[in-house]
Amino acid sequence: MTVTAVRKDVEHLTMTLDAEFEASPERVWQLWADPRQLERWWGPPTYPATVTAHDLRVGGRVEYHMTGPDGDQPHAYWDVLEVERPHRLLLRDGFANADGTPNSDMPLNTFEVTITDLGTGRSRMSIASVFPDTAAMEQLLAMGMEQGITAAVGQIDAILAEGAVASGTAR
Amino acid sequence: MQIAPPDYDRLFGALSDATRRDIVRRAIDGGEGVAELAGHYSMSFAAVQKHVAILERAGLVTKERIGRRKVVRTNPEAVRVARGLLDRYDELWRGRIERMTALLADSNDTKETDR
Repeated sequence: MTVTAVRKDVEHLTMTLDAEFEASPERVWQLWADPRQLERWWGPPTYPATVTAHDLRVGGRVEYHMTGPDGDQPHAYWDVLEVERPHRLLLRDGFANADGTPNSDMPLNTFEVTITDLGTGRSRMSIASVFPDTAAMEQLLAMGMEQGITAAVGQIDAILAEGAVASGTAR
Repeated sequence: MQIAPPDYDRLFGALSDATRRDIVRRAIDGGEGVAELAGHYSMSFAAVQKHVAILERAGLVTKERIGRRKVVRTNPEAVRVARGLLDRYDELWRGRIERMTALLADSNDTKETDR
């Protein structure tokens, strides 16, 4: 498992996650900086992302949409707030209308990406994500990140199935 | 009041539908009744009523009487299952990290094959 640490602060609605990769910071940076590579990891196979604009400079914008199994296409964007290639990115993730204009009714989630050189071709990437409030988080997860919920449902099903097997065995 | 333990099956089942997620989002402000909510969708009043009933059973919304009106309001208790949401968000990123790792491994393999 490459995720090495996760810290969650419910009160302040922040999550920090560290991961380590067998790759240089420059190579990890490319996962963010190359829109074709970004498309291959941002959304899961069931909810792939299509990046339609990609300007990773301060003040720039990255525009994308996801395509759900039912053909639904939530649109979203990042505002690029800070960039220090290949070590740091500060992005504000928001939802957009179908024409790409920001949907101001929807909450914004800000996250910071930090890529540290660990030497010998290894890097650590940290994601620090902040939500403005619980309602915003609920919206974000319910609206544009249903893949998270779908995955969770699968996991919950698996846990329930295990529980059933375990109690079956105990009998 | 404690909602313990949350019925995740029902909760996520209720959230597995795009219209119901949209109703939850709209009902955060809690200003609209079922009829007004129904106006946002190209489906029958009865269909929207059914969605609201599913959300109600999952504890995600409540119907609140304000004067002569009944408004649908997202239940802050359910929304405050923020811990769970944070866990989902964590899962989302773990999925991304896994795909990033696979992608990096892919490009390493390509390099080795090239040699």
